[in-house]
Amino acid sequence: MRKFDTKVQHLKYKVLREVARYAFDGNLERAPLEIPTKIISGTEATMRCCVYKERAIVGERIALAMGGDRNNPNVIEVLNIACDECPVGGYEVTNACRGCIAHRCEDVCKKGAITFDHNQKAHIDKDKCVECGMCAKVCPYNAISNNKRPCENACKVKAISMSDTKVASIDNDKCTACGACVYQCPFGAIMDKSYILDVIDLIKKSENNTKYKLYAVVAPSISSQFTYAPLGQIISAIKELGFYSVVEAALGADMVAYKEGPELAEKGFLTSSCCPAFVDYIEKSFPQLREFISHNISPMATISKYIKETDPTSKIVFIGPCTAKKMEIKKESVSPYVDSVLTFEELQALIDSRDIELSELPLGVLDNASYYGRIFARCGGLSDAVKESLKEQNIDFEVKSVSCDGIEECRAALLKASAIIKSSGIEGVPYNFIEGMACKGGCIGGAGCLTHGEKNKSEVDKYGKEAYEKTITDAIKILM
Amino acid sequence: MTVTICIGSSCHVKGSRLIVEELQRLVAENGLSDDVELKGTFCTGNCVKGVCVSVDDRLYSLTPDDTKDFFEKEIKGRLA
Repeated sequence: MRKFDTKVQHLKYKVLREVARYAFDGNLERAPLEIPTKIISGTEATMRCCVYKERAIVGERIALAMGGDRNNPNVIEVLNIACDECPVGGYEVTNACRGCIAHRCEDVCKKGAITFDHNQKAHIDKDKCVECGMCAKVCPYNAISNNKRPCENACKVKAISMSDTKVASIDNDKCTACGACVYQCPFGAIMDKSYILDVIDLIKKSENNTKYKLYAVVAPSISSQFTYAPLGQIISAIKELGFYSVVEAALGADMVAYKEGPELAEKGFLTSSCCPAFVDYIEKSFPQLREFISHNISPMATISKYIKETDPTSKIVFIGPCTAKKMEIKKESVSPYVDSVLTFEELQALIDSRDIELSELPLGVLDNASYYGRIFARCGGLSDAVKESLKEQNIDFEVKSVSCDGIEECRAALLKASAIIKSSGIEGVPYNFIEGMACKGGCIGGAGCLTHGEKNKSEVDKYGKEAYEKTITDAIKILM
Repeated sequence: MTVTICIGSSCHVKGSRLIVEELQRLVAENGLSDDVELKGTFCTGNCVKGVCVSVDDRLYSLTPDDTKDFFEKEIKGRLA
């Protein structure tokens, strides 16, 4: 059954899997030499101009799979030679223009940027055009198209521009590492750095969990990901890889919700702190709202902190859909608790690198968190959980939440809140809790997901309903 | 006295949640909240026989049905 959405993901996966094989076998030094010809084996090019370029690009992917450029603080990197240097003209009139007489494009353009030549065909004056796109909307022939790079289009925080050589370039001061460009680039020319080698090292050095115990903390979105096998077998596969135990990040979400409710009631206005890209976005683009970011560390960090407190020598790897988590673990407030991060793509590559046959594995269990902790994975879940938390703790506070689905909705809510707070304080804002999710749909739309299907939300809800613990207090009563 | 109850997946399935509830109730009813600290832990690797519970450093395997006897003997009994 199909594991990935796109062929780009599949290619990335093959490289990760091969690198993992070499690492497990202990002959990693041969990987950069041997893998390119292993993956691009024939003499006929199938993706680029020739097999030599294809192999060179695979070489770059191997470098990223092995951790990438250690001097670059960002975890998202451009593979320069893989970037196709897509056209970047912005709005342009195509030859579908019929030279009609209505001239809706001219009438709608507030900047007077549209003119007509002797054939009555429209032209856009690039000095006047502000790229508003109205002309394209009104043209009855759809003759005006927007030539924008998919990466630039995907990057709603505007961190991507083109360099002098027309290759995409990432502004680290704006980038939130959400990974939208990674998933959207049709050439796979932007990738998240992988820490699979660190994880393999952690597995090896634990010597079957005798030197220390290696825990996997898995994100609740896992329930929508491995569609070809039951979740229980994936849990078993993670243990088969060498992890001692698999714990739900959702239990950390329960712990966060339990504390976030009272914090909200006390402060009167809060923005959520679960999504690292959303937090980073506020810190970089809305520093005036920084004081309102919830003081809770994320569910991943919360549960990891708990594990490290009960088992101080343990090592912890977070497994989730998120590339921004790779940035989050570098933060001072999180780095003591989480040792490394894998995406679901990388987990798939590790499982297959060990030739683990899922269908032969027993059904492992994952049974700690509550319904509310588990639905954090989808947009709106966090707000539901915070409301539930206040109810369970008998705190009388009306949550007026806004659940922002994707970074553009986050921006809108933050802009509005910022303006109102400046003029009339938090009382004037029509909402008091901003749940921000940088990815569309929430974590289930994360860049490190294997699938981004429509069904994913219902899968997450279904998984939530399977929880034994129906309330947050039930799930965490022993932990807090 | 610290009583640690495993809430890892395997013990969870064997009813650690019920044991937690029962112990919390018994501790409160007997007015021992100041003397007994109940804590959760993840798998301690001893899950074959039942739910792993430790009192200070001594390990026990419980089922929800044994909880009351365990409380009387190992918690209340030792504190007396």
